[in-house]
Amino acid sequence: MGYETIIVEKKNQIARITLNRPQALNALNETMGEELKAALKEAERDPETRCLIITGAGRAFSAGEDVSGLKERYAGGAHPSLGDHLRKKYHPIILGIRNMEKPIIARINGIAAGSGASIALACDIRIASEEAGLKQAFIGVGLVPDSGSSYFLTRTLGPGRALELIMTGRTVGAKEAETLGLVNKTVPTAELDKTVDEMAEKLANGPTKALGLSKRVVNQAARLELSDALEYEAQNQEIAGRTKDHLEAVRAFLEKRQPKFSGN
Amino acid sequence: MTYANILVQTEPPLGIIHLNRPKVLNALNFELLREVVEALEAFDKDDRTRVTILTGNDDAFSAGADIKELSEATPVDLIKENKFALWDRLKKIAKPIIGAISGHTLGGGCELAMNCDIIIASETARFGQPEINIGIMPGAGGTQRLTRTIGKFRAMEMILTGQPITAREAEKHGLVNRVVPVEAYFEEAKKLALQIAQKAPIAVRLAKEAVLKSFDTPLEEGLQFERRNFYLLFSTEDMREGMKAFTEKRPPQFKGR
Repeated sequence: MGYETIIVEKKNQIARITLNRPQALNALNETMGEELKAALKEAERDPETRCLIITGAGRAFSAGEDVSGLKERYAGGAHPSLGDHLRKKYHPIILGIRNMEKPIIARINGIAAGSGASIALACDIRIASEEAGLKQAFIGVGLVPDSGSSYFLTRTLGPGRALELIMTGRTVGAKEAETLGLVNKTVPTAELDKTVDEMAEKLANGPTKALGLSKRVVNQAARLELSDALEYEAQNQEIAGRTKDHLEAVRAFLEKRQPKFSGN
Repeated sequence: MTYANILVQTEPPLGIIHLNRPKVLNALNFELLREVVEALEAFDKDDRTRVTILTGNDDAFSAGADIKELSEATPVDLIKENKFALWDRLKKIAKPIIGAISGHTLGGGCELAMNCDIIIASETARFGQPEINIGIMPGAGGTQRLTRTIGKFRAMEMILTGQPITAREAEKHGLVNRVVPVEAYFEEAKKLALQIAQKAPIAVRLAKEAVLKSFDTPLEEGLQFERRNFYLLFSTEDMREGMKAFTEKRPPQFKGR
């Protein structure tokens, strides 16, 4: 499928989605919103895709919502319905990332601001270059965090530190983001590709079903009590225990060799 | 018996009915419904079968009535043909029906699901009564059973907006017994069905009857009905066996007598 504002490349069972409006710091206009949604759906359905990378072209990851459309939307002092805008444009993207039962890496090559930060935070693993940063840009335009930012930040940092970032809107540099646990790893820019690709390759060759189920149980863990979480783990372990990859791993262990996972 | 729209498996003590029109998300036409009713009635008569599982596939239990079949109907047609009477036969099935439900469960599909006695849902199940979107309303028990199950206000919203709810919401509101991963709902339903199949069949039957009676009677009458069924069970061999096994600390051997 041909896209206008994103690039999708598939290689070695890894799909790489590049937000590609570098002149606009990869801000999400309506087309990019639709295309990202479509690309996520495509990756989910494609059995040949066993790992995803989301990244940005040029010097930014994504500056978030495209404000160039503001003029029309606010013409004559109108109040556009931002709630509906979010529900339609961003919620399917964020849920598409969280609910896809495949590992997704955010390759944060530069600034990730506003809903761009939300997209990075929704991914399973974040690897940032030293030049990157995360910014809760919402308060600067008189708005609250959206597209999952409040949810992800609060769960990662606790309410105190989440609110500091939300209320000040300051840019958290990649090094600090690593210390805070907002990104998994920050590496020199020259090493970004190598680090991301190694991680992606490892995940793409992993037991995909179990990786997906792991994501499922972690997603649910946030809303369950311990006894329910234990039950939910047991149900999913039952499923993982029936995969070919599990048997392969056990066999490999007994034969003292590395397992070869098929993803089934 | 051969069926065109369902697959039927006899796996004593279970009977299993799969709705099988996958190309149309198991849309419910009268033929499909007739087959379901006949298969359930056949299991009801078969002594080897203790519990029936009613299921669709992962994508759809049933996405609702076959619109084509109804779009030209007039009230006179509907009255004369009286095909909806099939739903009344469904209500008379005496053995427990476990719904193993995933995917779209809409309109007539949701109404069929609500005819089950216990529902195990997959996380991907969605329940709704979207009839209002095409200018009609639920016609096979939706307004009554949904209201009695999830309450007036939630039922009203679902029926007047046509907006479906997720499996988790359905669980929260008591429309399903529990929600499990999509890979597991059928097995989970089977486990539960086997558990019930171990119980004394006559007791299971009379207990189901008494629970369903509560929908049709004032409390006093329902209590009298319950007591009669309770007394009746003291005439069964299984009751003697059950109590004897309990005092002898061994599992009972029920015979359905």
